[in-house]
Amino acid sequence: MPTYRDEGVVLRTIRLGEADRIVTIATPEHGKVRAVAKGVRRTTSRIGARVEPLTHVTMVCWKGRELDVVTQVEVLDTFRSLREDLDRMGPALTMLEIVDQVAVEQHPMRELFTMLVGALSTLATSDSPLVLAAFCWRLLTIEGVAPVVDSCVRCGGSGPLVAFDAGEGGFACGGCRRGQSVSPATVDLVRRIVGGDLRRVLGEGVHESDADVEHLALRAVERLLDRRLRTTRHAIDAGERRAAPA
Amino acid sequence: MLCEVCFNIGIGARCAICNDERRDQSVLCVVEDPRDIVAVERTREFRGRYHVLGGALSPIEGVGPEQLRVRELLARLDAEEVSEVILCTNPNLEGEATAMYLARLLLPLGVRTTRIASGLPVGGDLEYADELTLGRALEGRRDVGA
Repeated sequence: MPTYRDEGVVLRTIRLGEADRIVTIATPEHGKVRAVAKGVRRTTSRIGARVEPLTHVTMVCWKGRELDVVTQVEVLDTFRSLREDLDRMGPALTMLEIVDQVAVEQHPMRELFTMLVGALSTLATSDSPLVLAAFCWRLLTIEGVAPVVDSCVRCGGSGPLVAFDAGEGGFACGGCRRGQSVSPATVDLVRRIVGGDLRRVLGEGVHESDADVEHLALRAVERLLDRRLRTTRHAIDAGERRAAPA
Repeated sequence: MLCEVCFNIGIGARCAICNDERRDQSVLCVVEDPRDIVAVERTREFRGRYHVLGGALSPIEGVGPEQLRVRELLARLDAEEVSEVILCTNPNLEGEATAMYLARLLLPLGVRTTRIASGLPVGGDLEYADELTLGRALEGRRDVGA
C-alpha cells in the first residue's frame, strides 16, 4: 500500500468505532487530509496525544481508497499555551474551522499552511487581540478576494470611507453607503493589516477599534464561506481577545 | 432513565449513587458521560458523588456551554453542601476546554476546584510516551515518601 509523508496541523477529530478517530489534517502538499488514526482513544496509544486538534506534526500515512490511515506521527509543536488558555484557544479554534472550510483534499496549500502555522505561533506568544482578524484578512487575500480598502468598492471614489460592505468585499463611501458603519480608525487599521504593516500593528498592543476590525474580518470570511462560523457562535473564551457580536 | 440529581443512568428518579447516604456529600466529581462514572467507580478511590455534563465543549462541532448541564451543576452547588469539585473530563482538547471553562465559573464561587492529574499509564514504557503526556507527568511530579 503506498505511503506518503507530510507536515500537518490537526484541524478536528471525530470518534470512529470503539477506539479510533477520523482525523482531519491541513497539510502543505496534500491539502486537507482525512485519515483514520487507529486505537488513539485508548490510554495506551502511542500517537493519541499527537493527533489532537491544534498539534503541528509530521506524519506518515497509508493511502486508502476513501480514508487514509495515520501510521506515524511526530510532534513539531503542541502550541501548549493555546491549549491551556481559553482566551487563546477560542481564536485558535476559529482559525482551524476556517481552514477546514477553505482547504480542499488533494490540493496543495503551501501558502495557507505556512500562514496557519505562523498565526498559531503568533497567537501563542502575542498579547495582541488582532491575531485572528489579521489571519482572516490575509486569508481573504490568499483566496483571491482581497478586500478593497483604498477606495470605495462600489464607485471607486476616494472620498471618506464610512461603511464596510461584506457582499461587495470592501469599504464604501458616504454616497454608496451600504453594510456596517465604520470609523476612520477602523479603516486605517484594516488598511495597515492588508497593506503589509502587520508586524508593527501587532506590536502596538490594544487599539480602540480592534473589536470592530475583528468583527468585520469574521463577517467577510463568513461571506466567503457562505456560512456562519460555529466557533464564534459557541465561543468558549470570556471575550477578552474576541470582538463581541454586533 | 436519567437520575434527576446527577444525570447518571439509573432505575427510578435517583440513581444508586445519589441514593447511597454513605457517599461523601461534600465532593462532586464532574464527568462527561455516564460511562465515565463506571470507569471512576472501578478505581474504588472515590467515595463522593457525581455530576454528568452530557458531553464536552466543542465549538467546532457546535457544542457550547448551553448544550451541557452546566446550569444544573451550579444549581447543585447552591443547594448542596459541596466543598470540592473534581473536574474529571477527558484529557483531550474538548475535555480540557470544558475543565478550564468550569474552573473559570467555579473559582469565584469559593468552592475548591481540582483537575484530575495527567500522567503515564501503569505498565507503559517511558520511551513510547508522547511529549505532552510525559511533560505533564514531570510537571505533576511529587515528593517520594512524603
